Amino acid sequence: MLLTIFAMLTVAGAVAAMSLRSLVHSVLALTVAFAGLAAVYLQLGAQFVGLAQILVYVGAVAILIVFAVLLTRDTGATPRASISHSWMGSGVAVLAIFGTLAWAIHHSAASQRTAVSEPAASMQQIGNALMLQFALPLEIIGLLLTAALIGAVTIAVREKKEAR
Amino acid sequence: MTPLANCLLLSALLFSVGLAGALMRRNAILVLIGIELMLNAANLNFIAFWRYGPNPEALTGMMFVIFSIGVAAAEAAVGLALIISLYRHIKTTNIDEVDSMRG
Repeated sequence: MLLTIFAMLTVAGAVAAMSLRSLVHSVLALTVAFAGLAAVYLQLGAQFVGLAQILVYVGAVAILIVFAVLLTRDTGATPRASISHSWMGSGVAVLAIFGTLAWAIHHSAASQRTAVSEPAASMQQIGNALMLQFALPLEIIGLLLTAALIGAVTIAVREKKEAR
Repeated sequence: MTPLANCLLLSALLFSVGLAGALMRRNAILVLIGIELMLNAANLNFIAFWRYGPNPEALTGMMFVIFSIGVAAAEAAVGLALIISLYRHIKTTNIDEVDSMRG
């Protein structure tokens, strides 16, 4: 029951984020969608992932997007349409993809599985798995994050020629 | 409807909403938000299959989501830096106006 409420909150937030006209309102709705998804994770018994979702998405990515919105304030005087020219073709494609996914989920044997007992995933188990079995991927993701953040700063920094 | 099918359906809905936004909106930041929503839908699939799958004690689905969140954070940082750089050069975030490489 609680899961249904959080699922509806998530979908409502996502739809609002994609359909509102104001960019700032979109980001706020996106934050609601991320928080609702974190609550869904907690309901499914994945505490660590739920809290990581709140920390990374609600805490960091949403703030990052707000900063990008503030730094790229569109000062164009003429209000332009915010919908792309090819919206009809895109809409048909999206509906077709969703129909295919829903049909596949409904007819798949995997989704007929009945509920099993809730698996235990304590912090200690996750820490052991990260430090032993998944140690190399963890190091690689650290390297990737460092490289990506240095790259982001290099891209976004003001060039000298332009500053004059 | 089993709980797993409900989770998968929620994920499919989230993916479709994100895809619709990424394809239809003209603002580059909103396109990036749509991509983030699609990544989150994939994460929800991993968690659902970890929760209702055959042997959850292996923690593979959860580990995949943790690494996926890390990669998504890097992607958001680089994408927003690109948008800011684009805005600095041509003073717009409307992706329909970014057509200088059109043949």
